[in-house]
Amino acid sequence: MTYKNPSTTPRKSATFDDYTMSEIRRAAATGIYDIRGSGAKRKLPHFDDLLFLGASISRYPLEGYRERCDTSVVLGTRHARKPIELKIPITIAGMSFGSLSGPAKEALGRGATIAGTSTTTGDGGMTEEERGHSKTLVYQYLPSRYGMNPRDLRRADAIEIVVGQGAKPGGGGMLLGQKISDRVANMRNLPKGIDQRSACRHPDWTGPDDLEIKILEVREITDWEKPIYVKIGGARPYYDTALAVKSGADVVVLDGMQGGTAATQEVFIEHVGQPTLACIRPAVQALQDLGMHRKVQLIVSGGIRNGADVAKALALGADAVSIGTAALVALGDNDPRWEAEYNALGTTAGAYDDWHEGKDPAGITTQDPKLMKRVDPMAAGRRLANYLKVMTLETQTIARACGKNDVHNLEPEDLVALTLEAAAMAQVPLAGTNWIPGKGGF
Amino acid sequence: MPTVDLAKTSLRELNHALHQLKNGSNETAWEVINPKGSHAVAAGVDVPVAVDVRGSVGYYCGGMNDGGVITVHGSVGPGVGENMMSGTIVVKGDASQYAGATGQGGLLVVEGNASSRCGISMKGIDIVVHGNIGHMSAFMAQSGTLVVLGDAGDALGDSIYEAKLFVRGKVKSLGADCVKKKMHPKHIERLQKLLDAAGVKGVKPEEFTRYGSARTLYNFNIDNADAY
Repeated sequence: MTYKNPSTTPRKSATFDDYTMSEIRRAAATGIYDIRGSGAKRKLPHFDDLLFLGASISRYPLEGYRERCDTSVVLGTRHARKPIELKIPITIAGMSFGSLSGPAKEALGRGATIAGTSTTTGDGGMTEEERGHSKTLVYQYLPSRYGMNPRDLRRADAIEIVVGQGAKPGGGGMLLGQKISDRVANMRNLPKGIDQRSACRHPDWTGPDDLEIKILEVREITDWEKPIYVKIGGARPYYDTALAVKSGADVVVLDGMQGGTAATQEVFIEHVGQPTLACIRPAVQALQDLGMHRKVQLIVSGGIRNGADVAKALALGADAVSIGTAALVALGDNDPRWEAEYNALGTTAGAYDDWHEGKDPAGITTQDPKLMKRVDPMAAGRRLANYLKVMTLETQTIARACGKNDVHNLEPEDLVALTLEAAAMAQVPLAGTNWIPGKGGF
Repeated sequence: MPTVDLAKTSLRELNHALHQLKNGSNETAWEVINPKGSHAVAAGVDVPVAVDVRGSVGYYCGGMNDGGVITVHGSVGPGVGENMMSGTIVVKGDASQYAGATGQGGLLVVEGNASSRCGISMKGIDIVVHGNIGHMSAFMAQSGTLVVLGDAGDALGDSIYEAKLFVRGKVKSLGADCVKKKMHPKHIERLQKLLDAAGVKGVKPEEFTRYGSARTLYNFNIDNADAY
């Protein structure tokens, strides 16, 4: 019997892991950076790292199914002659026709309308489908100004000036040739089939002093009726919020790095911007320092998935939240029923993010007429409405447990953190202590 | 002719009055005096009304104009006629940055010089500048026509799509994917019409050089990365 020396178990590098090595091989083979949709996929400090304390001897709860717990929110109370009132503090984030199919946009409008909330246009202009099916429609004013016109500006219910987006603060939109159909090309005034890269900054203003004048112009054109939102990516939330307020915004929309995009570079999504959790308190602090908290409303987005996330964002000082990726999942994005087709595209349900390629088996992120027929706008809209209602009920459940008769009465004092990182970012105590990193205690 | 004195009347009152006008209104000619650099003067006009502004204005004069004939008897700040849909804006003096930015239609005439980023992201507007234009003009210009009787600054037409550029004088440099192109009879005809519409006398279309997109950046190719 020959003796074999023991060998060590094959060991892969933590630095050069399977994903990293596959990306090096892909880059070497194709000569192009990886482009994909969705938001940051890496693990980040998030709302899951926070817990509510609930009621106790010093706080008494409300009856779950009997005592009222208000969820409505009014946006645009600062300057607009016609602020908008939403029944629930959850809105649908901006997503373009072009990146999404017409039936998907219609479904978003239908679902939001049933649930009593707003939906938002995107980088590509306003379609009749979404205007017609959205009771409350926010019209995005983007650097590209594709399809921008005064008629749509005036028939919108609010206007969102987009400065940045959590997935890519400092980056512009991207819609590759496969998705530039005749209709999309016509709306954007571009040749069909080209790779369309939208501008990353506005063509006719730079800096907060210009933005103030731009907002004045938009208000003048719309006769001071519409609430004007300013959307920022999670870059410098304290200063960006303060400057948006200074520029005259009615509402600040703050999007953290888990917020999705239709398409951008993987390196941008994963390495630029801050997690949503890290952005909220600095933004709220800016509003408080200016005496504008609750006067200029704050909408937070980026990784909101359920009523607990909504409740936590509100407790940290937001007036409302916005969902994009979660809304697409409710419509049917990444549904395992299409697993065989996901496999054929080299991926699996739950991981599909090549939204820019226009081959979405679920028919949502595509302009392919056959695929988009898979979205029934009525049924998908109903699913979205159900999901929004569940999230609202969950938010109320938590608020009542904390003794609040309005979800906006949730406060940081209702929260503790499970990790040091979350305690520092959310500025709430580490569970079991009264220690807030950077603020003393023990 | 209604005259609005911006020394006594607010900008809001002026724009509100202009927005209240309906097609067929008898008040087809307005005069604005003492603008003193006000921003957003006559922004959002959407009927074919004539507005004569006596003096210089600030940002976004005639913004999103849709049918109005706006004449500024002075100079204009940044973004004159931004996102114009239709109608005409004539600037008797000079224009600051981003003149006609993202304009989708109509005619913008600058009788003096225009600054940098003239016609940035233009989407169908026609712009005629009697003097010179600054750097980065017609950046990402999608469609429409930019006519310059004088010289153009650096990086003209950078990342241009299908807009047509005609420059009579010198071009300091062309931006990425912008190239000199041959003048065809249809271009001569188009240019003559625009020169006539802009009140240009004694200048022939043949004196201009045409520039447009080489279309090499329309679809991504890693070997073009150094063009950016």
